[in-house]
Amino acid sequence: MSNKTSRRNFLKAGVAAGAGLVATRAGAEGDPKITSVQKWAQELGDGVDHLPYGAPSRFEADTVRRNVPWLTADPISAINFTPIHQLDGIITPNGVCFERHHGGVARYDPADHRLMINGLVDQELIFTMADLMRFPRENHVYFLECSANTGMEWRGPQMDGVQYTHGMIHNVMYTGIPLRLLLKEAGVKTSGKWLLAEGADSSGLTRSIPMEKALDDCLVAFKMNGEALRPENGYPLRLVVPGWEGVSWIKWLRRLEVGDKPWHQREETSKYTDLMADGTSRRFTWEMDAKSVITSPSPQMPITHGPGQTVITGLAWSGHGTIPQVDITLDGGINWHKARMDGPSLDKSLHRFYYDFVWDGKPLLLQSRAHDSTGYIQPTKDALRDLRGASSTYHNNGIQTWAVNAEGITDNVEIS
Amino acid sequence: MLRFLRAFLIAGLIASPSMAGKFNLGRAALPTEVAAWNIDVRPDGQGLPAGSGSVIQGEALFAEQCADCHGDFGEAVGRWPALAGGNDTLADERPVKTIGSYWPYLSTAWDYINRAMPYGDAQSLSADEVYQLVAYILYLNDEVDEDFVLSQENFADFTMPNAGSFRLDDRDQAEYPAFGLVACMTDCKASVQVIKRAIKDSSTTAASQ
Repeated sequence: MSNKTSRRNFLKAGVAAGAGLVATRAGAEGDPKITSVQKWAQELGDGVDHLPYGAPSRFEADTVRRNVPWLTADPISAINFTPIHQLDGIITPNGVCFERHHGGVARYDPADHRLMINGLVDQELIFTMADLMRFPRENHVYFLECSANTGMEWRGPQMDGVQYTHGMIHNVMYTGIPLRLLLKEAGVKTSGKWLLAEGADSSGLTRSIPMEKALDDCLVAFKMNGEALRPENGYPLRLVVPGWEGVSWIKWLRRLEVGDKPWHQREETSKYTDLMADGTSRRFTWEMDAKSVITSPSPQMPITHGPGQTVITGLAWSGHGTIPQVDITLDGGINWHKARMDGPSLDKSLHRFYYDFVWDGKPLLLQSRAHDSTGYIQPTKDALRDLRGASSTYHNNGIQTWAVNAEGITDNVEIS
Repeated sequence: MLRFLRAFLIAGLIASPSMAGKFNLGRAALPTEVAAWNIDVRPDGQGLPAGSGSVIQGEALFAEQCADCHGDFGEAVGRWPALAGGNDTLADERPVKTIGSYWPYLSTAWDYINRAMPYGDAQSLSADEVYQLVAYILYLNDEVDEDFVLSQENFADFTMPNAGSFRLDDRDQAEYPAFGLVACMTDCKASVQVIKRAIKDSSTTAASQ
């Protein structure tokens, strides 16, 4: 499925679904879906235990993560994308949260999991999952965005769908232990200024995190959206680093080392650093700046209903706080309109916006522009490239443009 | 109302000491356990185990364990990472980021090979073997001669060519002030044109990367 998803297939599916939705104009004899008794209204359905866990309707089988085969050397150390074009609200269902693995998914019994705290602490400690379940817990909704999200779009429009341009993101409610409680249990020495978080997977992924952030709002989480973490999201234990680039959110978290300096590991030097035009590089670019994107219409979600009442919707987020305002333009940035923010406005969480309007059937150049609670306004891609050059790729939070033609077909473009 | 508040505050006072103190959970880590997992290596050499390895030894081991993905000379096969070359390309239109051209610290290579390589058989190399491979990668990047031997003793002598090119995140000064201005809402530009367009089916076809 994921390898066969062409734009044409998406369009065909979209048009077919649209036709189904609008085919309510009844002939003289009336709509047969109403005038004749349907099978599901007559025969008995499945019993309560038909699917003990549950699954989406088979008519939603298209709402899945997809990867881009040419992007990485193989699908084990790779990334796939959340189908944000098909989702609504702010919570990402666990089964479609994008995956990024550096050595594949580690799958093991949580009874075999250990969390070690070592280094500059009064007492080096080992916790089992059973030990961790006895600490006080908190619940928080946070977005997790890979800093490479939208990276393929840095030099120009490339990917044919918002799932691929902006889908390295998810937003779930985590249940976890404040990291500061675990660090306090071990007793951080005054010389302990940095934390190294390490995963138990075959990449042994490591990242350096300053103690100030570790003691602020980080969580050691074991549940997402109320249920155990999915294996691909770090089961049984992961680090949550709110507002910061996803690579710091170590999955299969097995060790926290306290030190006096950063470690300069592979995923914070050779990767996840920002190469500037002059050949220098920014390192420790942790925070994810304010960003937004229209998820529908978008290349995978063309307008299939023709002119008339139309919903524009999308997502906005900031690693620095909340999103009080999103602006929408229909004409490529000549005039802007405030979008309607809807749903909870939570710190470092996705926000949902809508713009309801009557489409006259003329071509549109759609953009969204996020304002965050610090006053930062989402920049254009040109403004970012002017400051960073052509090779930066990470942390592309520039404004995205979709061109909608008179048929409702939507393309990924850049405009003057 | 006041009574409720007082009750709430007292409850808070009772609850907060346990939140602030220790919970007496978990157990002390044994030195042998810490040693087994504490394998990280810092740029100053902290964490490096005793050992050594030569370029010559590394060449043979690299051909056997690494070349399938990284190429005989670290030039990369397919989309696997290149380990050598790319010197003086970082400001180019198409920069080539390798251990030699980009990585700021040699310790990062030692640490990463030791913890995650070979791909699919992590932590299978001995310390001497890791020294051998790092020595060979230095040789591939023209940083050492073919008779070079890398060891715990001479490791910290190395400064990687690009070490001085990394700087701390400065977005709060270089970008945020410029992006926090008042947003224009009407008549923001005279005209607009589409200047670039994504190719079709880009999800399955390698585009102009």
